[in-house]
Amino acid sequence: MADITQTASSSLLDRLDDAALASAAPSQIELIRELRIKQKPGWTSRLSPSVAAFVTNKKGMIGVIILLAMILFSILAPMFSEYNPHRRAGKPHVAPGYEHVLGTTRMGKDVYTQVAYGGRISLAVGFGAGIAAAVIGLAIGISAGYFGGRVDDILTFFVNVVLVLPGLPLIIVIASLVDSAGPLVIGIVLALTGWGWPARTIRTQTLSLRTREFVLSAELMGEKKWRIIFKEIFPNMLSFFMGGLVLGTISAILAEAALSFIGLGDPNAVTWGTMLYWAQNNMALQTGAWWEIWPPAVAIMLTGAALVMINFAVDEITNPQLKASRGIGGIKRFLRSRGRSADVF
Amino acid sequence: MSLAELETASPTSALAEPAIIEMDNVDKEFVLGGAFLNQTFLKALSGVSLRLTRGRALALVGESGSGKSTCARMLARVYEPTNGSIRFHGEDITSFHGDRMQQYRSQVQMVFQDPFGSLNPTQSIGYHLERPLRLHRPDLRGKAAIKAEMLHLLEGVGLRPAADYLTRRPHELSGGQRQRVAIARALSVRPQVLLADEPTSMLDVSVRLGILNLLEDLKRERNLAALYITHDIATARYFAEDAAVMYAGHVVEQGPSTSITDNPSHPYTQLLIESVPNPMRKVTTGNKRRAADIPLWTRDSRGCPFVSRCPRATAICKENMPAPVAVGPGHIARCHHL
Repeated sequence: MADITQTASSSLLDRLDDAALASAAPSQIELIRELRIKQKPGWTSRLSPSVAAFVTNKKGMIGVIILLAMILFSILAPMFSEYNPHRRAGKPHVAPGYEHVLGTTRMGKDVYTQVAYGGRISLAVGFGAGIAAAVIGLAIGISAGYFGGRVDDILTFFVNVVLVLPGLPLIIVIASLVDSAGPLVIGIVLALTGWGWPARTIRTQTLSLRTREFVLSAELMGEKKWRIIFKEIFPNMLSFFMGGLVLGTISAILAEAALSFIGLGDPNAVTWGTMLYWAQNNMALQTGAWWEIWPPAVAIMLTGAALVMINFAVDEITNPQLKASRGIGGIKRFLRSRGRSADVF
Repeated sequence: MSLAELETASPTSALAEPAIIEMDNVDKEFVLGGAFLNQTFLKALSGVSLRLTRGRALALVGESGSGKSTCARMLARVYEPTNGSIRFHGEDITSFHGDRMQQYRSQVQMVFQDPFGSLNPTQSIGYHLERPLRLHRPDLRGKAAIKAEMLHLLEGVGLRPAADYLTRRPHELSGGQRQRVAIARALSVRPQVLLADEPTSMLDVSVRLGILNLLEDLKRERNLAALYITHDIATARYFAEDAAVMYAGHVVEQGPSTSITDNPSHPYTQLLIESVPNPMRKVTTGNKRRAADIPLWTRDSRGCPFVSRCPRATAICKENMPAPVAVGPGHIARCHHL
């Protein structure tokens, strides 16, 4: 797109020879600077427009970088620490220092090591449950929306049931049925209770997409139904799917931490939630051992913030009005600087 | 009006040739609303008979809501007829299933009104052409053969250099270019029948003629039977040999398009021709207009649907719909006051 406009304007300028005209009208570069339009870097022209919009979105990329850092930190945990997260590594409640970067717990385990290793399970449960919930939601929402009729009635009934079930209390009940629910059980429970919203939004989106003529023309071409769903409809709501996935992951990470914190998880597993559970049990704050409670809490917050920023970026791309409303301030300033009325907005 | 009546009323050369596809006295009803036992039905088509023959185009002319698109969609088997039959080479198309249906899909292709909606924004132009080739052209073996055919198709609809277009996505193309891609896709399966549902109405005036000329060339070269749906009676005469004027689901006038435009018999056709902007005639002459909306035609409606707008309307018009009357060679109209 950018290429076309540039070649068009340059060829126009060629025809209207002379600097006289060029000086009369503000040059394109000047306008761009004054309006504070951010030009997209040239290398994005090879990407598809939605991917290009994402990688040039500052919020989204900050989120991605934080998230990648957290993931790499926990995957490569053995490279960052030589301690074993399950074993005593020093005296109890040692303050942060050279030996123990983030101090030790009451049991003498190294907090820094536990945060790194704990991220493995917390992130795995979060992403596992988030992705599973989004995929279940996608399958159910897209089938309900595309096939309609009786199929839609039945599937919508189940979606509504899942939506009105109170999430956390149900998880508590299920988790307490299993003795000391491990991370896998918690992940499965979170996946099975979390697909309601993605299913609903994707069904609505499918309902509007299936009336589009490209779906009809694929049907008239004799395409198979699964192919229409995956090749014609699904790529058009990738952003909705990504949004559902991100939100599902956030809530799964938080729910896992909450369940472990109230003691329903496996207390021997090292996750950010169980770290908080032990810190609470050992009265870390009351004894002044702030380093036992803050690191896992900050890790959860950072991951959540990164995912929320990615979700904001996806939202902005699918709904450009959100971004435009922020850009209007710049346009108003520009109009006022030219002495024009800015009341049009 | 049944096909038999149509044939006796209009013995032209077009009818002498066997029809590729024909609609015989077709009714189509849609449920408008109401409870299970108290439903009201919209009668979208009432006794429509049309026939498409090789190498000729039939224009369906009428305003929005007259049932033109419903006709095309019934021929494409999106909807099933409520009464009457649609025959493809003499076979009832509702009997087609499985492989036969797949074969029918490749024989009857449709071009839609909106080139912005009929191409998937997330897929490349190449994908849009590759799928029909893979589905319906087993003669093309291997990627190289398919790619060669895709390039050939794009050049055939005037998109050159064709190789540049394969990897592009629909949003990078103009409306006219997209409509050309849609036509190339429809032709990729070598159909016998092309259903064009207002193919030019969403395009800029400057590119309309290009698309019409392309369709005209393709019709002649490939000996296609074409159904051309339009609300613009001027382009109907330009592109199609035959025309049928529809109003509220009824065919009110049918015949050679030159005869219909030169010598319109039905008051609605006359109204349509008067509405064509003419710089030589600033003030509309002839019949006085009576503004009214197109009526909602239901099962219980009687009489001529045009009665509320017709300058010739009398008591009998409210009672029954007149039978077709021959007003010229191959030219029929349905009006009590011809």
